[in-house]
Amino acid sequence: MNKKRVCTLVDVLVIVLLFALIAFADTKLNSFDILAKILQKGAVFALIAVSMNLLNGFTGLFSLGQAGFMLLGAYTYAIFTIPTTEDRLAVYKYYTMTMADGTETGGLVQFALPVAAAILLAGLVAAVFAFFIGLPVLRLKSDYLAIATLGFAEILRAICQWKGLGVLTNGSNQLRKYPYFKSILPYFLISGVCIAIIALLIRSTYGRAFKAIRDDEVAAEAMGINLTKHKMIAFVTSSFFAGVGGALFAMYQNTIQAKPFTTTLTYEILLIVVIGGIGSISGSVIASFLYIACSEWWLRFLDADGVIPGVTRNGFRLVVFSAVIMIIVLFFRRGIMGDKELSTYRLLGGLTPKKKKEVSGK
Amino acid sequence: MSKNLLHVENVTMQFGGVVAVNNLTLDVCEGEIVSLIGPNGAVKTTAFNVVTGVYEPTNGLVSFDGKTIIESFPRGKMKKAYAGENRGMYTHRIVRTPDKITKLGIARTFQNIRLFKSMTVFENVLVAMHMRKKSNLFTATFMLNYKEERAMRAEVEHLLSEVGLLDVRDELATSLPYGMQRRLEIARALATKPTLLLLDEPAAGMNPQETDELTAFIRYIRDKFGVTIFMIEHHMNLVMDISDRIYVIDFGKLIAHGTPEEIQNNEVVIKAYLGGSDDV
Ligand SMILES: Nc1ncnc2c1ncn2[C@@H]1O[C@H](COP(=O)(O)OP(=O)(O)OP(=O)(O)O)[C@@H](O)[C@H]1O
Ligand SMILES: [Mg+2]
Repeated sequence: MNKKRVCTLVDVLVIVLLFALIAFADTKLNSFDILAKILQKGAVFALIAVSMNLLNGFTGLFSLGQAGFMLLGAYTYAIFTIPTTEDRLAVYKYYTMTMADGTETGGLVQFALPVAAAILLAGLVAAVFAFFIGLPVLRLKSDYLAIATLGFAEILRAICQWKGLGVLTNGSNQLRKYPYFKSILPYFLISGVCIAIIALLIRSTYGRAFKAIRDDEVAAEAMGINLTKHKMIAFVTSSFFAGVGGALFAMYQNTIQAKPFTTTLTYEILLIVVIGGIGSISGSVIASFLYIACSEWWLRFLDADGVIPGVTRNGFRLVVFSAVIMIIVLFFRRGIMGDKELSTYRLLGGLTPKKKKEVSGK
Repeated sequence: MSKNLLHVENVTMQFGGVVAVNNLTLDVCEGEIVSLIGPNGAVKTTAFNVVTGVYEPTNGLVSFDGKTIIESFPRGKMKKAYAGENRGMYTHRIVRTPDKITKLGIARTFQNIRLFKSMTVFENVLVAMHMRKKSNLFTATFMLNYKEERAMRAEVEHLLSEVGLLDVRDELATSLPYGMQRRLEIARALATKPTLLLLDEPAAGMNPQETDELTAFIRYIRDKFGVTIFMIEHHMNLVMDISDRIYVIDFGKLIAHGTPEEIQNNEVVIKAYLGGSDDV
């Protein structure tokens, strides 16, 4: 028992050290450095992957709407934070409105929220949408959730590009000039706090109820767990954090547009979850950084002409990357962590093989 | 007879054109051990599923502790297709999901064991504490409910020691030997603090020695936890040994009812078993 305490302390220390390292990196790297970009994006995707894992891995609900909830978060954040009237006029060039007193304004929203409030709002908007999607769908078999969320994400993307909503979404044009973090640490802090909250939720009595539903719905219900209510809690919470992740994604990108929030984005996140291990938070985090680093950086050299003469050329990276992923999904189904968590305790336990207690037949 | 706890009245469960449970009426009184027997496919499990809210009956009523908890009558497509009896006798519709039934004090086990396979023995029982928690999502997540959590864990530990599973508390539930899994499933059901416990073939797949242990165990929990027991069982030794009363159904219909002696000598029952299956 005491050994466990010490190990937990070590875990906390390691995490603090990691954050200190990031703070240090911030002083050394400029914000265009590839490493800085990888770390930022990795942190953002880690949060989104963990939020998806909460649903798909821990509650056993198969949802494919992550890109949709990210989009909601990203747009909410961008729309409500463009700081000045001039900026808004520049951004909403094609969607100006003439006020009663004859002045021109860009877009509908004529105020800017503080960054923290806007991030929170981003999560809330995603959560509210999730609630209304969940209301009819979560009573049904879980396959319907995948279909409904997938459809929702696609429709949402179309709606965001629709001219009729241009005064809000700027149609198919970019939203930009909103505030964003240049350094790495803020992404890590926000993402870290959110992931910690999800982890706490999972180890609470609610988390145990989620896992019970995942393992056996019929038995969970017979244990007095209200299925619809608990599925709703998991779905709304997951979407909230996907929304927050979307806001961070908007910051990371500096400009935002509906186009990239496709089903492919959802699949990428699903892939991170699978690679990390379905039902492992630390797995999702590790996989997120590995995935982003591979796709954006480590395999870049394959795009250069002549690394292997006649073979490598622009785009070849993606071919290799897909092959690597296929191998992982086919042969390492359980991913990096399986459904276990990375911790000092487990690492030490792995070194000194645990005595397996014999269970008597009585 | 003591107070009537479970009252099933004219329950018919029809799937499409097939009448599964056919006008079933039975009672279970407080403190009793009552068995429901019948050949394979006699729709015993289906009867349990109606009582626990898994299926809404097509017609009929279930009351628990003097209060109607489930009531239904043929509606929609069934209005025309209904092939059972007592049409028009019930006019209300009361439905409850299984979790609501459990909260009322009816717990159950399953014919094919349904333990939470990723969880330890301890966690399996701990899940049953969730429904009585006072904490909300916020207090639970941020560990402000640590007192409640500690109390839950202490209670589970106590329960595990009472049913003799404390030694294996940290084992994966599904790694236990078969007999222990059955016992764990019963312990988990007891953790919901039921007044009525429904056991669906608790001795299925057990050897004679394990069955004897189970017989003693069922008596023990009846006395220790003060639960009334209603069980489906095929092992006739167990049934005759332990039951206060026995209901026999075949093809969804009640064919006999009485004390173990009465049932053993009942012509109709003997015929149903000999004709229906070679289970006895
Ligand atoms: N969902 C359903 N849809 C249609 N028919 C069903 C359904 N559930 C049960 N039945 C009918 O009930 C019959 C079996 O019922 P059930 O499992 O309750 O029997 P049982 O008495 O528990 O049998 P056993 O002794 O094998 O456990 C099936 O053969 C089927 O006809
Ligand atoms: Mg059965």
